[in-house]
Amino acid sequence: MKIPGPLKELTHYRSALFGMSIIGAMILVALYAVITIPYDEAIRRWRAGEEVWGEYPRNAVPEWFTFFAGNSLPKTVILRSQDSAVQKQSQAVTGDMQTADTTFAFDYTSDGFPSELNLFLMGKSKEKKPLATISWKMPDGTKIPLGDVTVGPTERFSISTDQRLSLKLDNRAPEVGLFAKPGTTAKGMTPVVQKGRYELIIEGLTFEKDSTLDAKLVVYGQAYGLAGTDHRRRDILLAMLWGTPIALAFGFLAAVGSTLTTFAIAAIGAWFGGWLDAIIQRLTEINSVLPTLPILILIGTFYTRNIWVILGVVIALGIFSLGIKTYRSMFMQVKEMPYIEAAHAYGAGNLRIIFQYMMPKIAPVLIPSFVTLIPSFVFLEASLAVLGLGDPLLPTWGKVMNDAYSNGALYKGLYYWVLEPAFLLMLTGLGFAVVGFALDRIFNPRLREL
Amino acid sequence: MTSGVLTEKILSQPKAGIRIPDTLTRIGKYVLYRSVALFATVVIGVYLTVLIANMGGYLDTIRIAQIREQIGASVLGDPALQTLSASQLRANIDERVVIEMKTLNLDQPFFLRSINYLTDALTLNLGRAEFLASNSGSRLVRLILLERMPATLLLSATANLSLFFIAVFAALFLSRQYGSFLDRLVIAMAPSSSVPAWFYGIFLILIFASVFHILPFGGMVDAPPPENMPEYVLSLLKHMILPVGAIFLHSLFIGIYQWRTFFLIYSSEDYVEMGKAKGLPARTIERRYILRPTLPPIVTQFALMLIYLWQGMIILETVFSWPGLGRLLFQAISSFDVPVIVGNVVLIAYLLVTTVFLLDIIYALLDPRVKVGGERRS
Repeated sequence: MKIPGPLKELTHYRSALFGMSIIGAMILVALYAVITIPYDEAIRRWRAGEEVWGEYPRNAVPEWFTFFAGNSLPKTVILRSQDSAVQKQSQAVTGDMQTADTTFAFDYTSDGFPSELNLFLMGKSKEKKPLATISWKMPDGTKIPLGDVTVGPTERFSISTDQRLSLKLDNRAPEVGLFAKPGTTAKGMTPVVQKGRYELIIEGLTFEKDSTLDAKLVVYGQAYGLAGTDHRRRDILLAMLWGTPIALAFGFLAAVGSTLTTFAIAAIGAWFGGWLDAIIQRLTEINSVLPTLPILILIGTFYTRNIWVILGVVIALGIFSLGIKTYRSMFMQVKEMPYIEAAHAYGAGNLRIIFQYMMPKIAPVLIPSFVTLIPSFVFLEASLAVLGLGDPLLPTWGKVMNDAYSNGALYKGLYYWVLEPAFLLMLTGLGFAVVGFALDRIFNPRLREL
Repeated sequence: MTSGVLTEKILSQPKAGIRIPDTLTRIGKYVLYRSVALFATVVIGVYLTVLIANMGGYLDTIRIAQIREQIGASVLGDPALQTLSASQLRANIDERVVIEMKTLNLDQPFFLRSINYLTDALTLNLGRAEFLASNSGSRLVRLILLERMPATLLLSATANLSLFFIAVFAALFLSRQYGSFLDRLVIAMAPSSSVPAWFYGIFLILIFASVFHILPFGGMVDAPPPENMPEYVLSLLKHMILPVGAIFLHSLFIGIYQWRTFFLIYSSEDYVEMGKAKGLPARTIERRYILRPTLPPIVTQFALMLIYLWQGMIILETVFSWPGLGRLLFQAISSFDVPVIVGNVVLIAYLLVTTVFLLDIIYALLDPRVKVGGERRS
């Protein structure tokens, strides 16, 4: 059987074309991910905390959600005192004492409230730390004092978690109260956003010669990027991108590893027959009833969750799979064919007959089952990850689902968090399955007749 | 017509020479052979579990901790030893632990110990849980597992039995309407099996619980459980809709597709044509000429499907908070309760093999080659 023939035939099936385009797109995404974000960088970023993700909103929906939501969801606004656009003033008071005033002004036009409000202060000083008085000015002119701080090298002034401020704002969360129209924050009412120009004013005092005071205001939005963010502010897009090569590699390697070994063992058993064949048969029967997933769970719990070790175990458990029985019956027929007899007659060795004459003969039959096997391994990896046994380092689709589940995403209505990895997993599954089914019909003509 | 019925009667007469006892012994032999093979499987599976768990030394640690606990309790509770000081008591306990470990062969090489663990596990003598407890408050792993088992059995039996019958009849129906729109639709839906059941579960929860609030998120009954029986059953059924639905989405279409193909293959056999030519009623042909010979391969297929579904139950139960063995395994993993994890895997292996064994018996009853002893298989 020539390879190009079946491939050409595959294009006659519309479903197969659809499946192949999905697989093609997946491979492109995988290549893109591996090329643009190196392996180590992906791991480092996914495991990082505030130092990488500090400016990202928490649990933000993807930006394209705005189309469905109808109203505009706010995006994150970041203002830095180092930027030239930000208004700064400095005046000498007495001796080394200087004022360092910064005013962050921004227009807020969204219908939704920000999700969080943080001010990061960076004071440079030798002994006496700078002092900052912070206040908030709303578009209608209302001025609300937010507090005083002595500023260390890095100071996080979390406005959102200020309980006393919240009390002053009719018990509303500060990010709501500070952005609401007056009179809409009372109990039982729905707060409405006051659109317009907001100002955060930092009145600073430095006490030393080279002492400086810098600030960064982050008004966290409710929408971020293509994929949104999770509970640790991480951009889910990173996991979606990097999950693709991992899922494909895992599924492909597991399928190659287990099918090829199964195939070779079936050929060896069929060729030699006798006790070897009997042992292989019994091992296959035993292996078929072994609980694969629980064994993987044991290994994941007791030893390692490293995805490549798990891959090895998956392959090992897949060697004596039931495929052996199917392949064996085919090899039994091949064994009796004249060309094998001829090879035997001119003195070809056992291994040569098995690997060079018998196996290539029915190799095409492998292809459909091979293709349909890939998604089952992809889902196996996801299953382990959903149980909390995912690889500790790598960002994978299953791990994102696990995070979403353990943080109650479905109860809280954060559907995107579950749906994105789920959609990709499903797409992978269907893509390969559809192609596999079409291949099955091409290589098993008996099915095609029916 | 009458002649047709007559021939049919003649054909359906048992062939001469088949005596019932003979058939019974043959089935008995087959069942015996299969049970020995499956028991060997369980032993190997459980031994593998023991090996995996104890390569990290977990089983030893558990055993020693349990011995220490028992001896500690008996020494501290012994009035005769009350006069001893704390350090003397501890020395006393240590001494007894060493003796006890000797009597329990814990000082022997690993191979012998592992055989001990194997027999313990096979007899479900699984020790005590470290963190988890049964609802009745017991910490015996065996009781915790047995308490969870009915929930798992209920769900899987309901789902699988209804799955089997619905799929068989749908397949039979479709094989009659070969090439129709419905037929092609089912074929087109068959790749849905590439997505596991728990995965559909997530979508079902999202649609029916999160968005529409029609069905519960998970669990087995409402909290608090209804007092009277009919309401309890109703609540149970309501909670079963989604998990059973998830299993159906996963395996129904592939089941119908595969079995429909079997029916089509068998309905193009010559003897079926012969039956049609004789003018036998369609129902008779379907029941005796098509369904009967197709059932053995269908049962084999179903067994394979079940093996896969059993393993999927672990995550399906977790997704639906169904208080069965799978969810227990998940809880045990989360709290690293090693005795429960090991016990659970052992029990799952048992259940898996029991299912296969039951299907084997059904197979023996269905397959005439086993029953009548037909031609010898090469």
